[in-house]
Amino acid sequence: MRELSLNVLDIAQNSISAGASEVEITVEEISSASKMTIIIKDNGCGMDEETVRNVMDPFYTTRTTRKVGMGVPLFKMAAEMTGGSLNIESAVGKGTQLTAVFFTDHVDFTPLGDIDSTVVTLITMNTNINFIYALKVDEKEFRLSTNQLKEILGDVPLDMPEIVMWLKDYLKEQTEIIRGGVIE
Amino acid sequence: MKSLEELMAIKAKAEKAMLAREEGDGKRIVVGMATCGIAAGARPVLNRFVEEVAKRNLKDVTVTQTGCIGMCQYEPIVEVFEEGKEKVTYIKMTPDKVARVVADHIVNGNPVVEYTVASLDK
Repeated sequence: MRELSLNVLDIAQNSISAGASEVEITVEEISSASKMTIIIKDNGCGMDEETVRNVMDPFYTTRTTRKVGMGVPLFKMAAEMTGGSLNIESAVGKGTQLTAVFFTDHVDFTPLGDIDSTVVTLITMNTNINFIYALKVDEKEFRLSTNQLKEILGDVPLDMPEIVMWLKDYLKEQTEIIRGGVIE
Repeated sequence: MKSLEELMAIKAKAEKAMLAREEGDGKRIVVGMATCGIAAGARPVLNRFVEEVAKRNLKDVTVTQTGCIGMCQYEPIVEVFEEGKEKVTYIKMTPDKVARVVADHIVNGNPVVEYTVASLDK
């Protein structure tokens, strides 16, 4: 994967497959420590201990169509390459939380990339799931959730092109504010 | 500046568009978004389809995602479904190819054969 935001999109698909009705994605950056933590938390079906161990193995998958499952191992590798880690906490029937820690000053750090695009794709392509996205950069924080949008939109579906385009611009501007970009 | 208040205005506009969308023959553009698809570049392809559909104001077209279609080496794969017609499978898609697929196939009904899986045999 060329950017971590693609891994996030990929991992979140697992939450969707796990039947989650709520998926929370948190990106937290602490610049003084050159540390980035990505947390993907869902209320899906969860996994038992053995399955949690197995998903780290690229030659394990719950799919029946093929024998490999690369999603989690790739993300784990990206984290560990920077001296970071990937940890999964899961409970059957309750959900799963995946926490990946990255050190951004490491030469092998993969950039986060276009995380807005990942969030827009998840929200607009899975309108029945409540996605919560939080971007924390040092002291600043931005949060957005599907439910927040639905409150405003009512019956208007989130996948209407007009809404998708608006969401994209909105996220871009909010991210710029958080990251200290120039705004009017 | 975009604000959540502004979304209210868009809502009104979208409601009108929604009424229009219910009519029409309904083409479905499906992008494979499993690990293989994402790694091969499916996300920008999906986004470009959404943009093109929005730009052209196509009311009867939906863009959705699916899992692994089963030909990982040809990802990003995009399938186009249309009532009463055979499914068309595009392989090795890029954002640059999207405009042509939308113009030729989605709007004018002529699949871009050279981008499809059928072109492999030749």
